[in-house]
Amino acid sequence: MSGPSDYQPSNPALQWIERRLPIFGLMHSSFVAYPTPRNLNYWWTFGAILSFMLGMQILTGVILAMHYTPHADLAFKSVELIVRDVNYGWLLRNMHAVGASMFFVAVYVHMFRGLYYGSYKEPREVLWILGVIIYLLMMATGFMGYVLPWGQMSFWGATVITNLFSAIPYVGESVVTLLWGGYSVGNPTLNRFFSLHYLLPFLIAGVVVLHVWALHVAGQNNPDGVEPKTEKDTVPFTPHATIKDMFGVACFMLLYAWFIFYMPNYLGDADNYIPANPGVTPPHIVPEWYYLPFYAILRSIPNKLAGVIAMFGAIIILCFLPWLDAAKTKSSKYRPLAKQFFWIFVVVCILLGYLGAQPPEGIYVVAGRVLTVCYFAYFLIVLPLLSRIEKPRPVPNSISDAVLAKTGSRSTPMVSTAIMLALAGSLFAGSIDSAKASEGSDTPPGNKWSFSGPFGKFDRGALQRGLKVYKEVCSSCHGLSYIAFRNLAEAGGPGYSVAQAAAFASEYKVKDGPNDAGDMFERAGRPADYFPSPFPNEQAARAANGGAAPPDLSLITKARSYKRGFPWFIIDFFSQYQEQGPDYVAAVLQGYEDKAPEGVTIPEGSYFNKYFPGHAIKMPKPLSDGQVTFDDGSPATVAQYAKDVTTFLMWTAEPHMEARKRLGFQVFVFLILFAGLMYFTKKKVWASSH
Amino acid sequence: MTTASSADHPTRRDFLFVATGAAAAVGGAAALWPFISQMNPDASTIAAGAPIEVDLSPVAEGQDIKVFWRGKPIYISHRTKKQIDEARAVNVASLPDPQTDEARVKSGHEQWLVVIGICTHLGCIPIAHEGSYDGFFCPCHGSQYDSSGRIRQGPAPANLPVPPYQFVSDTKIQIG
Ligand code: FES
Repeated sequence: MSGPSDYQPSNPALQWIERRLPIFGLMHSSFVAYPTPRNLNYWWTFGAILSFMLGMQILTGVILAMHYTPHADLAFKSVELIVRDVNYGWLLRNMHAVGASMFFVAVYVHMFRGLYYGSYKEPREVLWILGVIIYLLMMATGFMGYVLPWGQMSFWGATVITNLFSAIPYVGESVVTLLWGGYSVGNPTLNRFFSLHYLLPFLIAGVVVLHVWALHVAGQNNPDGVEPKTEKDTVPFTPHATIKDMFGVACFMLLYAWFIFYMPNYLGDADNYIPANPGVTPPHIVPEWYYLPFYAILRSIPNKLAGVIAMFGAIIILCFLPWLDAAKTKSSKYRPLAKQFFWIFVVVCILLGYLGAQPPEGIYVVAGRVLTVCYFAYFLIVLPLLSRIEKPRPVPNSISDAVLAKTGSRSTPMVSTAIMLALAGSLFAGSIDSAKASEGSDTPPGNKWSFSGPFGKFDRGALQRGLKVYKEVCSSCHGLSYIAFRNLAEAGGPGYSVAQAAAFASEYKVKDGPNDAGDMFERAGRPADYFPSPFPNEQAARAANGGAAPPDLSLITKARSYKRGFPWFIIDFFSQYQEQGPDYVAAVLQGYEDKAPEGVTIPEGSYFNKYFPGHAIKMPKPLSDGQVTFDDGSPATVAQYAKDVTTFLMWTAEPHMEARKRLGFQVFVFLILFAGLMYFTKKKVWASSH
Repeated sequence: MTTASSADHPTRRDFLFVATGAAAAVGGAAALWPFISQMNPDASTIAAGAPIEVDLSPVAEGQDIKVFWRGKPIYISHRTKKQIDEARAVNVASLPDPQTDEARVKSGHEQWLVVIGICTHLGCIPIAHEGSYDGFFCPCHGSQYDSSGRIRQGPAPANLPVPPYQFVSDTKIQIG
């Protein structure tokens, strides 16, 4: 992008365009002929990975917007219908939701890489500041996107984050009202968040163009931090960087696919599978993992305004980094002290992320304050001081010298990248789980579920028995409003035939209307109908159940979770353990005890349950031995009922789980093959330049 | 990229490049499928397109009703004797889209005409009981249909289509 292009297309049509709009020349000089330092390591592929993720998010986002309804009453349901009814909707939704996390994983690696190798230093200050702007836009976009499904965390996250602005002196309250478009977070808020969530990615793309432009003017930094001097220091972007970046993207896709197909809910919060309820706040409000360090800083300051300033300051300070760190040597490779402080800073950020997910009490508050001080000290004290007192090691004369010196000591950057990514991802993610306080209940025992693991399948017998238990017991209080009768005949379900599903539906009475006379009427259920709720509305449900509305069960196994703690969440990532919800539901069904143990008092009208948080549950013991008879000879015991009905509820929460795992396997086989081919092709391409 | 080292093994190198390119192409094409497939009707839409039943008993002779099936208006006309006779009197060969009236209704139920009320020109909804042929008239570009729903005049190329339907009883039909 610097200087006139020497690109001369031979095709006359291209020549004609080139004289009038030199876009191909621009492309050629930017992505083909562009000289790239030959010593770049794999940390540099994250630029390409980020472009890939941005493209992915825009593509999947545009498609999801075709199926989503931005209305407070319909948003939650429309998201559920996307994953249930739209062709491959579950895949597209997972790609987008997981994609947001992957985008942040990549951007953090990209930023830390810039920090370590001094990529913000002269002459790349503007490039760096543009990067910070992109990051801020990403944060805004990610936050607003998280609000759209209109679950409990969405709603309360939106409330908490927008309330940050109430800290502004004098006008705070008015600003918040302005942001909401109402007296509280509501439909106008959702509408504008949807609009902006659609708009901001295009702004990001615009700033990315500037970012790449600035990059191509200043030239890429490199691990040795010396600028290219001669031709020998660089290789042409295509094919060298292109193929290497593509290999990097292919490896990153493996991680991405791991989440999409096997751990889709690992990075999210179970509470977001509960529809937004303005009357009840979840016990702990936590943002998505990628905001946790800043959330921790916010909570560490015991003053509203100061906390907000500190939080935003923690990001804005990055803009001043080029001037705070005045060291002449760019790369920390040659700065022994800076290198150590860099890794301390990384640990500080991770620990802040961990604290952001903990309840703000006791030792966590103290630790949060100490680490907040450390965070700012790194920028305001350590870096300015280091640039004055540190004596860096001599840097190589040129990039080719550095490359020659290194031959023989070939490191394994990909391995370390993969491990770092996996650890960072699982650390952050796991800390979300630990945010769920167990509130004094016992940990539910783990079960062996037929549907767990990469090849897990539903046990058809269990699904059919579970449906029977649901129909004869649970359905007197709980609805299944996201499951249609037709779903019973779908692949991956209880294995009913279409006729069986229709017959099953016709046993139900469904309210319909108005008819031509304007009256409501009752008719037999049809396959297209959804399982009706036993109560006409929430008030009636409350009235019939001592004040507590029985939750809809369609999503219950996804909407429940419990504390896993360290190190389980890391093991969970590798073992693909996703069954907290089913374990919890099965445990609660069996956790009733006739009498509360010594010393435990529970409120009048509630029942003692070992596993329910607080031990006092409003639902009376629903199952007892012999209550439901099974035709297939399975024992008529509470343990069997609980397991079967939980299996059934797991299916109602994700009817396409088998399809997800099956496609996941195919994708993995392909990706591993493809990454292997890319690796060898890359080796061949680079062989000539070493 | 014409270097000595890679020229040593042209076949191996070429094979690698071709295999990688092919894998990328296959992967890209396969990945495209979900992105296209999502545009098709979703499962709830398909389920909602199930057959509907319509009770004909309240429809008097000379009257017609409009019902919706799969988002399309369906005209159900209870034709008069005169209308039926008119429809059967025309020379079929002279029609732009030749079709006998017998082929457009169910035998034994000649008085009932069931057609999809969408003009075959550009998709407007014709008005019943209008136009010069005792049938339908489309206000958009002036197409005229007769009492059998056949095109008689105007730019529309084809007759109003007859949806799949059957009589469940003498006074009840199932559309779909
Ligand atoms: S659409 Fe009916 S005449 Fe053109």
